Amino acid sequence: MTAPAIERSAATKRLRSVGAAREFGILLALVLVVLAATIANPNFLFSADGWRDLLLTPAILVLVAIGQAIVIITRNVDLSVGSILGLSAYLTGRLFVDLQGIPIIVVFVIAVGFGALLGLVNGALVAFAKVPAMVITLGTLYAYRGINVLWTGSDRINASDLPKSFLALGTGQILYIPILTIIALVVLIAAAWFMKNTRGGREFYAIGSDPAAAELYGLRVTRRLLIAFALSGALSGLAGVLYAARYGTISSQAGAGWELDAVGAAVIGGVAITGGVGSVWGAAIGAVLLLTINRALPILGIPDFWQRAVVGALIIGAIVLDRVLAVRAKRRLIEAREEDR
Amino acid sequence: MQTDPAQTLAPPMLELSKVVKSFGPVVALRSGSLRLEQGSIHALVGENGAGKSTLVKIVAGLYRRDGGDLRLRGEEVDFTSTAQSKAAGIAVIYQEPTLFPDLTVTENIFMGRQPTGRFGRIDRKAMRHEAEALFQRLGVRIDPERPAEGLSIADQQVIEIAKAVSLDARVLIMDEPTAALSGVEVDRLFAVARSLRDEGRALLFISHRFDEIFALCDTVTVMRDGAYVATTPIADTTVDELVRQMVGRDVTELFPKTEAEIGEPLLEVEGLTRTGVFHDISFSVRAGEIVGLAGLVGAGRSEVARAVFGVDPYESGTVRLNGRTLPRRRPDTAIRAGLALVPEDRRKQGLVLESSVAQNIALVIRNELAKAGLITTGMENRAAKVWASRLEVKTNALSTVAGTLSGGNQQKVVLGKWLATEPTVLIIDEPTRGIDVGTKAEVHRLLSELAGRGMGILMISSELPEVLGMADRVLVMREGRITAEIDRSDATSENVMFAATHADGAHA
Repeated sequence: MTAPAIERSAATKRLRSVGAAREFGILLALVLVVLAATIANPNFLFSADGWRDLLLTPAILVLVAIGQAIVIITRNVDLSVGSILGLSAYLTGRLFVDLQGIPIIVVFVIAVGFGALLGLVNGALVAFAKVPAMVITLGTLYAYRGINVLWTGSDRINASDLPKSFLALGTGQILYIPILTIIALVVLIAAAWFMKNTRGGREFYAIGSDPAAAELYGLRVTRRLLIAFALSGALSGLAGVLYAARYGTISSQAGAGWELDAVGAAVIGGVAITGGVGSVWGAAIGAVLLLTINRALPILGIPDFWQRAVVGALIIGAIVLDRVLAVRAKRRLIEAREEDR
Repeated sequence: MQTDPAQTLAPPMLELSKVVKSFGPVVALRSGSLRLEQGSIHALVGENGAGKSTLVKIVAGLYRRDGGDLRLRGEEVDFTSTAQSKAAGIAVIYQEPTLFPDLTVTENIFMGRQPTGRFGRIDRKAMRHEAEALFQRLGVRIDPERPAEGLSIADQQVIEIAKAVSLDARVLIMDEPTAALSGVEVDRLFAVARSLRDEGRALLFISHRFDEIFALCDTVTVMRDGAYVATTPIADTTVDELVRQMVGRDVTELFPKTEAEIGEPLLEVEGLTRTGVFHDISFSVRAGEIVGLAGLVGAGRSEVARAVFGVDPYESGTVRLNGRTLPRRRPDTAIRAGLALVPEDRRKQGLVLESSVAQNIALVIRNELAKAGLITTGMENRAAKVWASRLEVKTNALSTVAGTLSGGNQQKVVLGKWLATEPTVLIIDEPTRGIDVGTKAEVHRLLSELAGRGMGILMISSELPEVLGMADRVLVMREGRITAEIDRSDATSENVMFAATHADGAHA
């Protein structure tokens, strides 16, 4: 008995575009925000500073949000990203201060490796102790920040302590595109390719979609979780170096509160908090939207205290939207199967 | 014991002998033996709790055996993970397939072993072609690019089979695959199973449906109480013979049922229906009567109990208690009207494990106990003391945390909690599951005593001896319907089992 070649039913075709549509929707929202702000004040886009800020401001958060998205896709969460960023930023400063003439590339490698190590600690605690990531990383959020305070004290690294060539990275541009933005874009493309096209990436989705099934499939869940948290840590480490380059001033509070922006960016970008759904593209666009809105709202004349409420509404709106879309998609998928018969 | 001597020459594909597995003090598998030949479909039958699932999980690498031999093509193996079992060519298809709902059908088939090209890039095209070829071969039409979300259980099973075939699994174990399937889907599954057998694979088919076993399988192994009973070629046996082998034990005098005077109907259920779960359920429970609700796991017994109690919804039908119609989905009203439900899973549904014995017993009657909205430990203790002593809960103090008690004592606490509400009808789901023999008899004595005082009891039980020993009347459910109602004097293991497994009811 042979079945005729399987036609994609119209319903499933429609559905397949839903995923991409989600990211398109958030991109559209971003364009609207930029448009509105530019109409209110053309300098928002059409000035050298405006253009630079638009691209430069979100670059560091994009990196952190990519790592966060990867972890959330595995049905976990990493709340320690801000603390890892702070530690790695201070480490960067210390390296330049204590080891005069250290090559910039070596600093990058050390800070990224350091971040990965801190992430690995998270991953090991989550994977072996079998405690929810929310609790573990809340613990390391405080622990890492504590180490940072202990190490830094009331000291701070100032721009004058850092090499000029390093600080130039933070503000420099190539063809009118800030270097930090280029770094973020390269990482984004690589991460997106990895998540879409490799076994490792797909297994992240599988684990988040149904952890019990992942065990039954014989996937190496523990190893994948370690990798996911290490990746998030490494990206926060990288973000720490870039933070140092961009701002020059590093206190013990660098990156405090960034975890909330990172989770917010991922959720706004369509990464399901229950795992298995979403993309690093979405999270990255979410990060850009989040920070761009922050800059656009004052220009649009929205009072200070409303600005946070707008961000909150955006997050809740995104979650409600995803829920509605998921319910509708499920119904349509069941119908599509009926049609196929 | 009968085995085919002609097949003993070549080593069998899979062989288990005298495999033992226990969980703490509970022995799940005393002596599991099985010989699976290639090119054969082998049936494994047994009552609930006979050890079939444990045996399968050992083969699948989910559990490690405590003793006995496990051989694959004559070679001793020991699986410590599902990945190892899979790599050895064993595929298990569970009753409820576990797929990744968010991923496409193709990804579900190939997860963890996708074809890759340069830089580890997954070759999606090759993967999709292979999936299409698999479905073509299995004769099914499923869009390989759609997500697994929204597929029926039958479709999900087909995907599991496709996965097994693409793995080139030599041993395929199907754990009650037809339980959720319609007639057409069963035929499709059987066609696939036969073609896999003809390719020389070994299939193990666990089922409670004898008609299907006789239609599909060539050999059958019976298990009972965690041990091997017999292996027989299907042509040499009959349904009656299998049922005898499955139950094959005497109903002991463990259950001291005292005769009670049976009075007016207290609980009357009429035409209760919930699409896909249970259908047209009608029965009554009279004062002083213990009604046994028998059937296999998944027949819908607990679901009926939950609907009657008002936890789960139902679409049509009525529930009357003491002549009053109970509203749907209102367990609080049901409790006030005098209904109590002791649930199946006492650790999850019956107790607040972290709370004390006294708090647990006083939980449902807390509103009656409270004075001006406040409850003191003293009030709780006074209320709990009565029941703890009447039920002989063995604990030093009422402040003992419920989670630390033994299973039997926990069950008594749950019973005490509900008896404290002074119900007229008690629904009790698997009253003695996981309880040691001594306490079992105590629980039975208690139920018997309650009935003697005029309480109506609906007892759901998967243990045939318990049902036969305790019930004045036995209702048997199969696939969401009541298939037989048998009086105490006529009820035997055979006719209850038959009604639980056959569509056309008891042949008593």
